[in-house]
Amino acid sequence: MTATAEETRTPTDPNGRAPTSWRHRLAERGVDRTLWLLAPAVVFAGVLFLYPFFYGLQLSFQPTDGGSPFANYVTFFQDPFLRDTIGTTLGLGLPAALVNVLASIPVAYVMRGKVRGKRTLTTILVVPITLGTVLTAQGLIMYAGPDGWLNKALLGLGVIDSELVLTHNWIGVFLSLVITGFPFAFLLTLSYISGIDPSLDRAAATLGAGAWQRFRTITLPLLAPGLSITFMLTFVLAFSVFPSAQLVGDPAGSTRVISIAAYEAAFQDVDYSMGSAMAMIMAVVMLVVIGLVMVWRASLYRGATGGKG
Amino acid sequence: MTQHDFQELRLDGVTRRYGTQNALTDLSLSIRGGEFVALLGPSGCGKSTALNCLAGLLPLTEGAIHLDDRRIDTVQPEQRGFGMVFQNYALFPHMSVRKNIGFGLKMRKVGKAELNQRVDEAVAIVQLEEHQHKMPGQLSGGQQQRVAIARAIALRPPLVLMDEPLSNLDAQLRLEMRMEIRRLHQNLGLTTIYVTHDQEEALSMADRLVVLREGAMQQFGTPESIYDYPSNAYVAGFMGYRNLLELDVTRADADDVVVQGPDLTLHGSNREEVTAGRAVAAIRPADFVMGEVDGNRLEVTVEVAEYHGRELSVEAAMPSGQKVYFRTQERVAPGDRVVLGVPAHRVLVFRGAEATAAGLAA
Repeated sequence: MTATAEETRTPTDPNGRAPTSWRHRLAERGVDRTLWLLAPAVVFAGVLFLYPFFYGLQLSFQPTDGGSPFANYVTFFQDPFLRDTIGTTLGLGLPAALVNVLASIPVAYVMRGKVRGKRTLTTILVVPITLGTVLTAQGLIMYAGPDGWLNKALLGLGVIDSELVLTHNWIGVFLSLVITGFPFAFLLTLSYISGIDPSLDRAAATLGAGAWQRFRTITLPLLAPGLSITFMLTFVLAFSVFPSAQLVGDPAGSTRVISIAAYEAAFQDVDYSMGSAMAMIMAVVMLVVIGLVMVWRASLYRGATGGKG
Repeated sequence: MTQHDFQELRLDGVTRRYGTQNALTDLSLSIRGGEFVALLGPSGCGKSTALNCLAGLLPLTEGAIHLDDRRIDTVQPEQRGFGMVFQNYALFPHMSVRKNIGFGLKMRKVGKAELNQRVDEAVAIVQLEEHQHKMPGQLSGGQQQRVAIARAIALRPPLVLMDEPLSNLDAQLRLEMRMEIRRLHQNLGLTTIYVTHDQEEALSMADRLVVLREGAMQQFGTPESIYDYPSNAYVAGFMGYRNLLELDVTRADADDVVVQGPDLTLHGSNREEVTAGRAVAAIRPADFVMGEVDGNRLEVTVEVAEYHGRELSVEAAMPSGQKVYFRTQERVAPGDRVVLGVPAHRVLVFRGAEATAAGLAA
């Protein structure tokens, strides 16, 4: 019995201290059983994102008509009708994301503290997210379309002589992107701006900074990293615009965005390989924009914005 | 340091209401240039409200504030030019220590050479030379506090406002910074208004202090006068008169009063024109002695004895269950029965109406 006890005793290091167990050392590095909580997310990402992504990636290198693996990409960049969709999409997505972010700053700034009716206004602003793009497009046509209330009212009042063309063109899609994207940008910006310690603003005031100087020297620099995230997310949303480009845009012309071209390739021409290639090009363009924003973000102060410096 | 930017800071009936709630009621004060004044009271007493009103961060509901003949309560905070030190320091996290300290100068459009020189001075005053190029997040609490002070005084403001600046520091550092702030005030002569809930801090730092309760001023005076002559039972409770015994008045004249309870009769000094009815006898734990004094005799049983080095801090009970707190150098133990006495002039008798709330505050 004594021998057994001797063998099972915890081994000791030369200094005579028991070495910490591997389980403890792993836990120090954040590896413990709570990691299992990540399992659903990992499975979800694998099944619904990684697998389709890599499937599409390899599909894009297997052109339907045979030929070089890069044939789809070559076709895309040689055909102006396809190539120009990148510019068209950026021409919608970038201004829409920029306007959404810039417009959300003053609203969030006003709403950052305790404001009467804050919840009501927030609810009203959030409604467009819950409606979805199709209902928004429908509403936009009824309101701003050729026979919409806006045109009828303006014509009736004699403000304009001929109706304003606000739908079925670039403006229509842009408005739709702002309506659906702004609430999203606003909510994000509001949460970032609420995270800035209000006493910083008060401290700046006692040091002689006026309202605009306080915003420019304190709030804006602390908000900028959050704004860059907000911009990226609203840009990604706007870049994959599809329903509104179809419904309130000019899908054959000025708002022929890349997702429409991909949809046509995959589901009208039944060329999944070409459709996949366009989806990959879309992803790369988005990543380039996000990469540029990230580079800019890296140059900013990104530490704590709350109480203790 | 006799030259000050102003002679008198005057608050006339300063009132601040939130809805129907009075955070600050009719506060009238006159503060001399160069003075160090503490606003003292428990949380919710209106002391921070008063400070924010002075800084211009809260508009007044009623009343006026004058700096000599200039009315300042209508002036925007950025135009008042007062320095303020916040409880959480409120350092700008994206600026270095130097930039933080120079922020106010930059806003004043002070030239670069002068700005640098004045920041150097401020850095030297708070002894942060080694850390001046760091970001606030890299500093310890005490260092951050120094930056906050340097930033507030870099403009040499006529008035420095401090909102519980030491409450986030540990005990040791708090004592050091207390000395530091006091030294700064002596050297620079900046008029300072200092908000705190710690009576020891207020007594040790301030030239004069204001005791506030539920938005109303209770007493305004030097530390000595408030410590020795609290104006009512509430102030007494806040100033370390831990025993607030509610008793019946049996005999009273202008100076002396006799109060009686189930267990005791106390001869005390009449501090609030007590005539009859209920009254509160306020006694400091340290004023009790062993054995009857001036006819004051309390028979108590020791319940808890805390060791405080040279003395013991003791909680004891009278036969009725009334608790008595006293300090003694005798080595008493729980269960011991002792007879306490207290000189009549150390028993301060106040009116009874305030008794309950004051007892809670104590």
